[in-house]
Amino acid sequence: MPGRVARAVEPRVLPLLSRRLRYGSVIVAGTNGKTTTARLLAHIMEALGRVPVHNRAGANLAAGIASALVEHADLFGRPSGDVGIFEVDEATVPRVVPHLAPRVMIFTNLFRDQLDRYGEIDHIAGLWRATGEGLRADAVVVANGDDPLVYDAVRGLPGRLVTFGIEDERHALPAIEHTAEARYCYRCGTPYAYTWTYFGHMGRYRCPTCGTGRPPIDLAARDVVLAGADGASFTLAASGGGRTARITTVLPGLYNVYNVLAASAAALEMGAPLDRVAEALASFAPAFGRAERVVVGGAELRMLLSKNPAGFNEVLRTVLSGGPLPVVLIAINDNIADGRDVSWLWDVEFEMLAGRVAHVVVTGLRAEDIALRLRYAGMADGAIEVQRDYEPALRAALARAAGRPLFVLPTYTAMLALREVLQRWGAVGRFWEH
Amino acid sequence: MGSGGEVLGALTDGPALRICHLYPDLLNLYGDRGNIMVLTQRARWRGMTVAVTGVGLGEPLDPAGADLFFIGGGEDRQQRIAADDLCRHKRGPLQDAVADGAVVLAVCGGYQLVGRYYRPAEGEDLPGVGLLDLWTEHPGPAARRLIGNLVIEVEGMDAPLIGFENHGGRTRLGPGARPLGRVLTGFGNNGEDGWEGATDRRVYGTYLHGPLLPKNPAFADRLIAEAVSRRHPGFALAPLPDANAARAREVMLARLGTPAGKSARAGVE
Repeated sequence: MPGRVARAVEPRVLPLLSRRLRYGSVIVAGTNGKTTTARLLAHIMEALGRVPVHNRAGANLAAGIASALVEHADLFGRPSGDVGIFEVDEATVPRVVPHLAPRVMIFTNLFRDQLDRYGEIDHIAGLWRATGEGLRADAVVVANGDDPLVYDAVRGLPGRLVTFGIEDERHALPAIEHTAEARYCYRCGTPYAYTWTYFGHMGRYRCPTCGTGRPPIDLAARDVVLAGADGASFTLAASGGGRTARITTVLPGLYNVYNVLAASAAALEMGAPLDRVAEALASFAPAFGRAERVVVGGAELRMLLSKNPAGFNEVLRTVLSGGPLPVVLIAINDNIADGRDVSWLWDVEFEMLAGRVAHVVVTGLRAEDIALRLRYAGMADGAIEVQRDYEPALRAALARAAGRPLFVLPTYTAMLALREVLQRWGAVGRFWEH
Repeated sequence: MGSGGEVLGALTDGPALRICHLYPDLLNLYGDRGNIMVLTQRARWRGMTVAVTGVGLGEPLDPAGADLFFIGGGEDRQQRIAADDLCRHKRGPLQDAVADGAVVLAVCGGYQLVGRYYRPAEGEDLPGVGLLDLWTEHPGPAARRLIGNLVIEVEGMDAPLIGFENHGGRTRLGPGARPLGRVLTGFGNNGEDGWEGATDRRVYGTYLHGPLLPKNPAFADRLIAEAVSRRHPGFALAPLPDANAARAREVMLARLGTPAGKSARAGVE
């Protein structure tokens, strides 16, 4: 691991190398959407002729970031790129911010995820609040204004706050979801009054007691059109100047609208013109495992990383958004990178699958647990097929698909394992080629 | 009782199972509602009527309105809000319900709150409702959390209980409560004395989530039977097919190298 070596040899490697990036660095933090947001932003920067240096998906601890910088530097410590785009693990944020001195800091959202590793959500919010000391006064904080936890964590940070959010009540849910984290005001404990919610605790909220509420939105998505698993389009509207652009993306679901908003907000702050942002977004192809399409044996499958309840619910809604009944392969692992505790499966609304899918194959280290969950969700035993190993599971799902849409919903390490099988079959490239 | 109540399932000739879920939207950290789903489904599969009532902050609790009370876990902040409300509005009614034979299942943060008190890592003690003679203290923010798969053997049950634990607080039992079980794998109450959970009368407290009941159907049925027998003494539950749960249990027990049942345990004791 060159990153570990570099950090041991030169404790100042992060500041030394990052200072030499002409356009500075952007840090992406949050529970969901880090990889997609970072890749969207890198794609926009490339379209502008800039050369991004970024860490590999998942390599988002300090060592992974140092490693990315070292790999992209020559012997004299000159980086080959000119803009750093780093996704940073939620809990690592305060450790790397002082070293990277980012120009822009993106906070996507904060959900319960891997509580076995981090302890508690308040702990992460507290760490983010503490990053203030390491943040430059001229930094820009790009934050999800629809997420009360994020807004509460970043509102006091130095630098200029730029918020993004969705403004389209047609996509609001009839009631706040079970998975919502922020039902109670983090300032005073009163239940928030939500005018609407999109998923989880994302939405338009206000505390009736202390008045804390959704901030004014600087960059909004309006007139959102969701095209099921095929993508989405919306009008990107900047406050004040009245600038707008119509955005189309192959990334599906409202959760990806947030990712596109976050990347767009950061790109605009990095000097990208609005029309160039829109143009670049239209040509973006998804990162591996994130709404990735794979053609295999004449069939097409779509892989949608599903690693926590709020994200999983959004993925399920996307999977069930119309057309012929799909075949679904659910792959649940409990390795450290997935979170060792799978109790979150009981917070996912699997009930919505009952009667709306043709067949479900389950696999992974926790295949039996997800089968048990689906049984209590009202699915018939005959509709659930347990295949402990990845390759037979993929084969079974493909055999069942026969012209139907096939969706693969894996946790992180299950996604890597399934991609390895697809790679052996020659259906996808090796993941480090991405 | 408060809002959020719903009657599930058609009316049938079986007895009713009446469940009261305390703070469903505040204490719901580790798939806690899975326990409610399992109780509900297992009763419905047997033709019983199930009523689940959610009771939230500031809402009164009717001790005669339910036969099984469930309280789940939360983070310190949510736990503090719940502790205050429990003591202010629910302590007396809960004690009355227990004295009258109701079942209480308290998991993780809820387990800590049914004891005498919980001393968090920072801040003032949280008073408990005193359903179980125990107390919990967090050794401080620097202390390691007790996290991992947890397997315990329970007196009077053929198979061990399997789940996951994640807690900073260390729980100690007074003379008025018995441990729920003995730790086979994991930490349990405090990671030191080898005991896990607590029970007294029909109150059960445990650090097992995962959630607890899906993988431990025999324990779920024990709670249902005890709850129903409060108003229908002698009522017996018909067995259900539990092949899915059995497989999920086997896989985890094999992975942890834990003996699967009483017969297999003879060599260990």
